[in-house]
Amino acid sequence: MPKPFTKLTAIAAPIMRSNIDTDVIIRIERLVGNSVRGTLGRWAFGSLRYLADGSEDPEFILNREPYRQAEILVTGPNFGCGSSREGAVWSLQEMGIRALIGSGFGDIFFANCFQNGILPIIIDEEIVDGLASEIEARQGAGLTTVDLKAQTITSPSGRQHSFDIDPRRRAGLLQGLDEVALTLQRDSEILTFQAADRVARPWIYLAGTSA
Amino acid sequence: MGKPARTLLAKIWDQHVIAHIGDATDLLHVDRHLLHDLGGSRGLLDLKSRGLKVHDPHLTFATADHAISTARGRAGTSKVGQELLTALRAETGASGIRMFDVDQPGQGIVHVIGPELGLSLPGCLIVCGDSHTCTHGGLGALAFGIGSSEVTHVLATQALIQRRPRTMRVNFEGRLPLGVTAKDMILALIGQIGAAGGTGYAVEYAGSAIRELPIEGRLTICNLSIELGAKMGMVAPDEKTFEFLRPRPYAPQGDMWEHAVSAWRQLPSDVDAVFDKEVGIDVERIIPQVTWGISPEHVIGVDGRIPDPRKIDDPVRRAAIETALDYMGLKAGDPIAGTPVDWVFIGSCTNSRLSDLRAAAEVARGRKVAPGVRAWVVPGSEMVKREAVAEGLDRLFIDAGFEWREPGCSMCLAANGEIVAPGQRSVSTSNRNFVGRQGPRARTHLASPASAAAAAIMGVIADVRTMGR
Repeated sequence: MPKPFTKLTAIAAPIMRSNIDTDVIIRIERLVGNSVRGTLGRWAFGSLRYLADGSEDPEFILNREPYRQAEILVTGPNFGCGSSREGAVWSLQEMGIRALIGSGFGDIFFANCFQNGILPIIIDEEIVDGLASEIEARQGAGLTTVDLKAQTITSPSGRQHSFDIDPRRRAGLLQGLDEVALTLQRDSEILTFQAADRVARPWIYLAGTSA
Repeated sequence: MGKPARTLLAKIWDQHVIAHIGDATDLLHVDRHLLHDLGGSRGLLDLKSRGLKVHDPHLTFATADHAISTARGRAGTSKVGQELLTALRAETGASGIRMFDVDQPGQGIVHVIGPELGLSLPGCLIVCGDSHTCTHGGLGALAFGIGSSEVTHVLATQALIQRRPRTMRVNFEGRLPLGVTAKDMILALIGQIGAAGGTGYAVEYAGSAIRELPIEGRLTICNLSIELGAKMGMVAPDEKTFEFLRPRPYAPQGDMWEHAVSAWRQLPSDVDAVFDKEVGIDVERIIPQVTWGISPEHVIGVDGRIPDPRKIDDPVRRAAIETALDYMGLKAGDPIAGTPVDWVFIGSCTNSRLSDLRAAAEVARGRKVAPGVRAWVVPGSEMVKREAVAEGLDRLFIDAGFEWREPGCSMCLAANGEIVAPGQRSVSTSNRNFVGRQGPRARTHLASPASAAAAAIMGVIADVRTMGR
């Protein structure tokens, strides 16, 4: 069950390259196996974070102070595109990230964030670029606030922007709701649907019993 | 007056609504849930740890594809890959889920076996914990990839909460030129509207060139929807779809078949249905495509030159091209054709079906793989493999110097240890040229099976249209 998300005041790190895909966020071999959760934080952004000899690349933003403590990422267009691997979200979470601010995210990655209590905020590209520039100009000094109740972002210098979010997803994050438990409460509706559907589309339900 | 005009998406969506639960958000029924070795047992174990049971095991199907070796006898499957396979067998067995196991007919890449077994049907809502689930949309299904949490949700409830996407129609018009394939059509579209051009949309592919395409080509087109940013891609079912499905083992039989087909004929978008966005592509202008960078949108015609970042004004786009060229070890302004290659991979859920192997074989017939090039052919399924062997394609490839492998995902995502070595260059019929996708620091160029075979023979990226077949 995800932890509730209400308000976060933290270091934000801009990673502005476009099309950062989930393979770049976490390599597949880190996800092969049923006991990988809890091991992923150090492998997030591996190809950007580490040099070929395995040492940290001092140029990469999350290897520099104060960004090493970042809990918010300000992201370039189409962050999280590609594979559906939820391990991408797990790895960000395990390295301490709790919110993302960008102009757009991969659809499946976006949905996976909510499942894990991570808030991805979609906001105009100019606002994202402005926030990234401000943070870079201050070399990361100062804190950014993300307030889900008020639906606002406040930059280190105090510039405030409001953002939109699907009310159902907002409520889910604020309360840390477990979607599986909620849907199970609707099981009678699911069974009623299936009973009618068996009449309307019987071929759907035969596949497992024939051949 | 009749009902308001609806799209293919709307018709399938409406048919699956169990409950409206919010603004444009519905609880939808899942008709087919496909599991694979990488995430299947994780989902089933997660369910077990919550004390829950699989809601509808007979609507759930499993196979092994991602983490198994594609070497003969599956030699070289890693310890953890073997553990995942063993766990999938145990957990599907305990839950009463049908699993298509290695070396059995029916095993293969999950997006190849769904259509070939007739598990995937028009009007079906299909999900799988894999982003290329959009492939099944080629049969007129509503199919999309989901994350691990959603896998658990579907196992527990046979339903999923989804927000209705916007709709986009892409009209491919005209006759495909010789040497140009479905893969080239979809890569050209991604080049035109970008890797985020479809984000938030369900895409319907339409137009004369789509109607002309055989089903396997439509599956290839829909497969790359996610590389367009769209998690759902679909083609309206037609006579070709029905003809493809009729002999499939899990397709409805007898009277049930007639009943199903009459329902499926109602699915295509109404003539006056309105889409949120429309895109037109003249396929007669498409030439064989090849990617040069680290996103599928980094794509050009094989007769093109590598983009020059100095000619780009926007600093963000310029930096992106510089990063890509640096990673790929390419020089701005050079022709892409003639770039030497080390590896050729023919396979993946994009291009590992019988028609793909035939197209590659047509180029390879009577020729030899260039010295210094390793070329693999990995059929998409046990059934594809058996049909290809019956036609002698395995011999043809082996005689030409290709390696003929067992079915699986293999080098598309390198989850099974089958990788392109650091710094080496691959021409691949798969779907992603991301940084490190085929192995750390591997350099991937996406292309069609015919173009990949041409690269294997020539030892360089080559224009298949000049090879005289």
